[in-house]
Amino acid sequence: MWTTIIVIVIIVLLIAIYAGIYNGLVRARTHTQESWSQIDVQLKRRNDLIPNLLETVKGYGKYEAGTLEKVVALRNQLTQIPADDHQQTMEVSNQLSQSLKSIFALSENYPDLKASQEYTKLMEELTNTENKIAYSRQLFNSTAANLNMKIQSFPTNIVAKLQHFVQIDYLQVPEEEKAVPKVSFDN
Amino acid sequence: MLYQQIAQNKRRTVYVMIGFLLLVLAIGAAIGYVFYDSYIAGILMATVIGVIYMIMMISRSTSVIMSMNHGHEIKNEDEAPELWHVVEDMALVAQVPMPRVFIIDDASPNAFATGNNPEHAAVAATSGILKQLNREELEGVIGHEMTHVRNYDIRLSTIALALSAVVAMLVNIGMHSFWWGGGRRSRNDSEGGGYIQIILMVFSILIVILGPLAASIAQMALSRNREYLADAGSVELTRNPQGLISALKKISTAQPMKEADPSSAALYISDPMKKKKSFAHLFDTHPPMADRIERLEKI
Repeated sequence: MWTTIIVIVIIVLLIAIYAGIYNGLVRARTHTQESWSQIDVQLKRRNDLIPNLLETVKGYGKYEAGTLEKVVALRNQLTQIPADDHQQTMEVSNQLSQSLKSIFALSENYPDLKASQEYTKLMEELTNTENKIAYSRQLFNSTAANLNMKIQSFPTNIVAKLQHFVQIDYLQVPEEEKAVPKVSFDN
Repeated sequence: MLYQQIAQNKRRTVYVMIGFLLLVLAIGAAIGYVFYDSYIAGILMATVIGVIYMIMMISRSTSVIMSMNHGHEIKNEDEAPELWHVVEDMALVAQVPMPRVFIIDDASPNAFATGNNPEHAAVAATSGILKQLNREELEGVIGHEMTHVRNYDIRLSTIALALSAVVAMLVNIGMHSFWWGGGRRSRNDSEGGGYIQIILMVFSILIVILGPLAASIAQMALSRNREYLADAGSVELTRNPQGLISALKKISTAQPMKEADPSSAALYISDPMKKKKSFAHLFDTHPPMADRIERLEKI
């Protein structure tokens, strides 16, 4: 009689602990998904802004041949990448950030362009989007670290293994971000 | 570390409230004794004023503090795009909801955060800070404020501010009674008084005089360590100590604010009064700027 009660209590306890750990893992995984969608929103937003930028900039002087085309090409490439390939998305996105930076740097040479209100507004929006991409990447990495830590530590690792939770790769911060972009003006 | 900080702040908020409550009651009793010849009347008055003021302050703290500091709210990003976007970024990475954003028209660069909890927070920046700092520096400053929001520092400092205002108000009432009523203690003379009466009288007057002092020392002690922690928290968010360092350098060499509310001084990122060195730093609301910069450079 007593043994049955004790066994039942232990089983119920184990199930409760298992459920608690499982829910914790699900929560951590949801956080990483949410923070990825933050990045995704910003990438889409930047893609929407790029045509406006090109339209505004086009009339001014001679940009290095290919700079604008490169931006367009990268932008289109970004929309082709499958949604769940985070690493490749970020890689193309980083290249796009670089190209945009060189457009900004070249624009410094056109006082008329810099003075235009439309350009200033666009510039702020793009800077904002670039910063948000960087900060949501930071957020993604910290939520991923949280999930990975749970998957590796005891006793959560047992539940993680049984329920097929997998560790998430961190998003790399681009090396070039620290270097100053090299731009040549006329060609 | 962060969660300990939050738990500690919540606990301290309770201690601060109890401590201030006792102080308020003591001052009320003292005023009642000196001017109205009745402890009970004083305690009742203090309780009523205290409770009304606390309810008012806790429910509308942001509006009260913002109007004390002449801040006006901006409702959308077009009014101050850079500030708005930086606040958005910092809220995103600190994982707190977007706070309300205020601008104070003052040429001196400064900023503060207030509110009861991260869900009802507000950040204010002076027009001077927007003009003088570049984006990275502004990120450092707003990161500092967002750390105050996330750590529940804002709740503690807002409540401390409200309570010292209650103390000030009580003492004011006491002083008015003194001038108008002149102290209704003539009855004692005919009774012969006695030492105990005199001692109580002196003691009460001391409480009335020293009460506000105790209130402000408590408020200041609360805020100093927090500044170092918020500086470190800001770097954790922006990953860029240089931004905050150069922002603090610019802020420390600028002129003081014109119309900052003195009782809110502890809320600001840098002391808005910039008063001369006070004795033993007892009344400093902020740690010395040089120390803060040195600590940041070590990160």
